[in-house]
Amino acid sequence: MTRSDVLVDADWAESHIGEPGVVIVEVDEDTSAYDKGHIPTAIKLDWKKDLQDPVRRDFVDTTGFETLLSERGISNDDTVLLYGGNNNWFAAYAYWYFKLYGHGKVLLLDGGRKKWELDSRELTTDVPERPRTSYTATEQDSSLRALRDEVVAAIGKRNLVDVRSPDEFTGRLLAPAHLPQEQAQRAGHIPTARNVPWSKAANEDGTFRADDELRSLYQDEAALDFSRDTIAYCRIGERSAHTWFVLHELLGLPNVKNYDGSWTEYGSLVGVPIELGEGR
Amino acid sequence: MTAGDGCGAPAGGVSVTAATGTQAVVEGRVTREGAPVATGYARLLGTGDEFVAEVPLGEDGGFRFFAAPGSWTLRVLAPHGLRAERSVQADRGQVTKVDVTL
Repeated sequence: MTRSDVLVDADWAESHIGEPGVVIVEVDEDTSAYDKGHIPTAIKLDWKKDLQDPVRRDFVDTTGFETLLSERGISNDDTVLLYGGNNNWFAAYAYWYFKLYGHGKVLLLDGGRKKWELDSRELTTDVPERPRTSYTATEQDSSLRALRDEVVAAIGKRNLVDVRSPDEFTGRLLAPAHLPQEQAQRAGHIPTARNVPWSKAANEDGTFRADDELRSLYQDEAALDFSRDTIAYCRIGERSAHTWFVLHELLGLPNVKNYDGSWTEYGSLVGVPIELGEGR
Repeated sequence: MTAGDGCGAPAGGVSVTAATGTQAVVEGRVTREGAPVATGYARLLGTGDEFVAEVPLGEDGGFRFFAAPGSWTLRVLAPHGLRAERSVQADRGQVTKVDVTL
């Protein structure tokens, strides 16, 4: 797999607008962004309302994902091009999610909504209507998703990559600095985790850095052992999906999981070890 | 407040009316030739230009961060390569206003 198999630029997206078999999907936390204007022909997914179970803290199940994609008019053989705000955090999360349920061809738009806007490319408020499909999802691919017991067992044994900001990692903050401080019961990080903020993988315009820069970032600067299996986490699993995309899809590391329970789960568990400060 | 438990921007950019409480809030408005800049991004950077957070500008050109107390750099990005940078001191329980003209 190469970078062009998973990541496309805005020119590619622009030249494939309206092409049969290509479905452009905007994924945001703030769905009002889509409503204000989106890439022509794009549909939207709400990462919470559409992708999370409304009662339990978990994803919609296989049947729920099938129903969702069928309703939105996405077929199994469609190429799904994802993009979104927040430097593609939620689009990367959706990318990982689509892979989890076995979708074949998924692409991420490099730079996402931000680069598209900064380039002054066309946005529309027209909402397309797509005919209903009959989508078939696979069972979740457990090789991509880490659950809490596996994370606790991985301490000191696998690469743990904490992709939150340094202030969240050290325990100074419980949430990113553009939101009120809330969430987990305790601050800090999982012992032995390395702190490689997701933002180090991205350029200022939201595009991903070059492969050799990314390799150097994780291997040299963060001293990750690429021969080990890796689990990435953040607060709720979307920033770490961005890093999962880098490690698994761009750099091609074989065994990388995203821990979507992340700090909001781990930092509220009773009895697990927590490390404060800079880490080692 | 609609931000919920996500890491994303509040709906509509800056339309939140948050109780300041113990937060160190940094907020402001971006304008160009007297008009709000509604398409653009505000980034908050820590020491060494370390990325901390980013929000899209609201319809009124506004942005808001809930920061830790301390010194920050605010960087604004807008189409056509427009950008600006300001130094900001955030204090607990205070709303620090930073208006930016591009």
